[in-house]
Amino acid sequence: MSHIGSYDERVKNFSWSISEKELDYKPGDLINIGWYCTDRICEQGKGDKTAFIWEGMTGEERRYTFHDIRRASNTIGAFLKNQGIRPEDRVCLFLDRVPELYFGFLGILKIGAIAQPLFSAFGDEALLVRMKDAQTKAIITQRKHIAKVRRIRDQLPWLEHIFIVDYDGKHPLQEKETAFALDREKPVEKLDVYSTQAESPSVLHYTSGTTGQPKGVKHVHYSLISQYLTSKWVLDLHEDDIYWCTADPGWVTGTSYGIIGPWSLGITQCVLDKGFSAEAWYAFIEKHKISVWYSAPTAIRSLMKAGEEAVKKHDLSSLRHLTSVGEPLNAEAVIWSEKVFGLPFLDTYWQTETGSIMISNYPDMRVKPGSMGKPFPGIEAAVLDPATHEPFKEPGKIGLIAFKPGWPAMMRTYWNNEETYRAKFKNGWYLSGDRSSIDKEGYFWFTGRDDDVINTGGHLVSPFEVESALLEHEFVAESAVVSKPDEVNMEVVKAFITLKPGVETNDDTELKIMNFIRKKLSPLAMPQEIEFVDSLPKTRSGKIMRRLLHAREWGEEIGDTSTLENEE
Amino acid sequence: MDDMQKMILEYVEEEYLEDEDEAIDVDTPLISGGIVDSFSMVSLKRFLENKYNISIPDEKATPEAFDTVDKICALVKEFI
Repeated sequence: MSHIGSYDERVKNFSWSISEKELDYKPGDLINIGWYCTDRICEQGKGDKTAFIWEGMTGEERRYTFHDIRRASNTIGAFLKNQGIRPEDRVCLFLDRVPELYFGFLGILKIGAIAQPLFSAFGDEALLVRMKDAQTKAIITQRKHIAKVRRIRDQLPWLEHIFIVDYDGKHPLQEKETAFALDREKPVEKLDVYSTQAESPSVLHYTSGTTGQPKGVKHVHYSLISQYLTSKWVLDLHEDDIYWCTADPGWVTGTSYGIIGPWSLGITQCVLDKGFSAEAWYAFIEKHKISVWYSAPTAIRSLMKAGEEAVKKHDLSSLRHLTSVGEPLNAEAVIWSEKVFGLPFLDTYWQTETGSIMISNYPDMRVKPGSMGKPFPGIEAAVLDPATHEPFKEPGKIGLIAFKPGWPAMMRTYWNNEETYRAKFKNGWYLSGDRSSIDKEGYFWFTGRDDDVINTGGHLVSPFEVESALLEHEFVAESAVVSKPDEVNMEVVKAFITLKPGVETNDDTELKIMNFIRKKLSPLAMPQEIEFVDSLPKTRSGKIMRRLLHAREWGEEIGDTSTLENEE
Repeated sequence: MDDMQKMILEYVEEEYLEDEDEAIDVDTPLISGGIVDSFSMVSLKRFLENKYNISIPDEKATPEAFDTVDKICALVKEFI
């Protein structure tokens, strides 16, 4: 029996107080995510239960109980406090998926500071922009990423500490750098958890928009109320489950459902700190008898590409419930998973800004392959007419996906950017920036973004950020960045570039520019294709018409070109 | 180590290795080892195509085929 049971009954009788009661929380109480994920579970008598099974690049395995993760997060919290980190200071986690990332996240929250996880594949510029905006006070990183931090730290006057979790003494530490080895610190059995309240800030995740620099999405400790219940009802996590969330905590799925959700429920979770390989993934599921798996369409399509033979080599009978997030899950992937695993992947839809699952398929609800499912109980979702921002009354019309504000995990603002935050609301609705329709039975069907943001492999890339970075390359005169279709990643970045006078195109020109963006921003932002053109389509006022290039890549109608300056 | 192995190894070290102390050889897992991710594989493929004047079909450019320098060499040799 699933936790949610009848979806319709849950919708009828829903109140967020269900979650509050299960968490023994009453309005006005103190609420601290770090405490809920560790100390509370231990107080319930589950301290010796395995909380975390971690496997590294070389196959090394480590296991931690809830007592272990309580002590580890206490130890990191106490260390940070002793180093002068104060409540609401931003502490960046710039780490691969090593245990210190997970325990550090909870330790930061326990002392009332704000965790700022950043994807460790970010390049110098991407890291700089996000740390500058957040005025980050400390960064926790590892040897392999220290060179990036060193290259930008002079531009970060607020950065007081650089903590290295795996310092080996081979090279001298530099200014502001401190070695921190969790296994060499004296474990802190008891830490005074900071008295955070519902609206105390907890996490700052950065996300990309069409224009401007990335936006820091501010979440608060009360988000736990949504994250706990959605983990229970959508991921359907039961006491004896072994759970694997494949997302990196540099992104919101990796924190909401890769740390907070499962551990607040006292669930054992596994992490594989390794690059993608179908064989390694199946072996991991088999070895640890994973029962609940939360992954992404890009990964699922990569597994499809690897073929059914790879599946047959392993005993995957432990799998009980499969879910997916990040981009629309195509019907073929759902049908394929039913065929090879005997279970469909259930699509879930939400965003960095929403903090928790908003629209989803549920364990006991009929799955329509290719559909996003229905709103989580308590979530008022609609498709709005883009002209009026009123919900469409008839089914089947494509419009803007919007939500009535008020759920616990809703972002509280964009850091230093209240104006952009306010612009996300129209007519009393929060606008997601995505489009869909709703069918007669209330299922949502994703159709695409409402802006130019590129969703590649489930990660948002701002065309503006890539274009700005391209302009810093010595060869580039102008650029326009759009998405192009991709079988595995749904869409990837493509750049149209005009070169500066005298620059010749040869085989290496494209490669040099690709690598420049990869190192400056991230591999996700690197154009997978570059097309060199003599000129870019522009309006008569000189604005690049990205829309035309996008339409060309997707084989769509070009639409109105009356404002085009260089129309042939 | 032959010239091709040496050339590809040096390129991977130069372009993708973050940690100056990290050593790799022709058997080191690159994709499953997290040194080269699936997005970056495209630039590595482009390098090989430019360097050896070949075209590697997308269906052959799998994470498994790019997982070590030795496997990459074997793949390149199919198209030379």
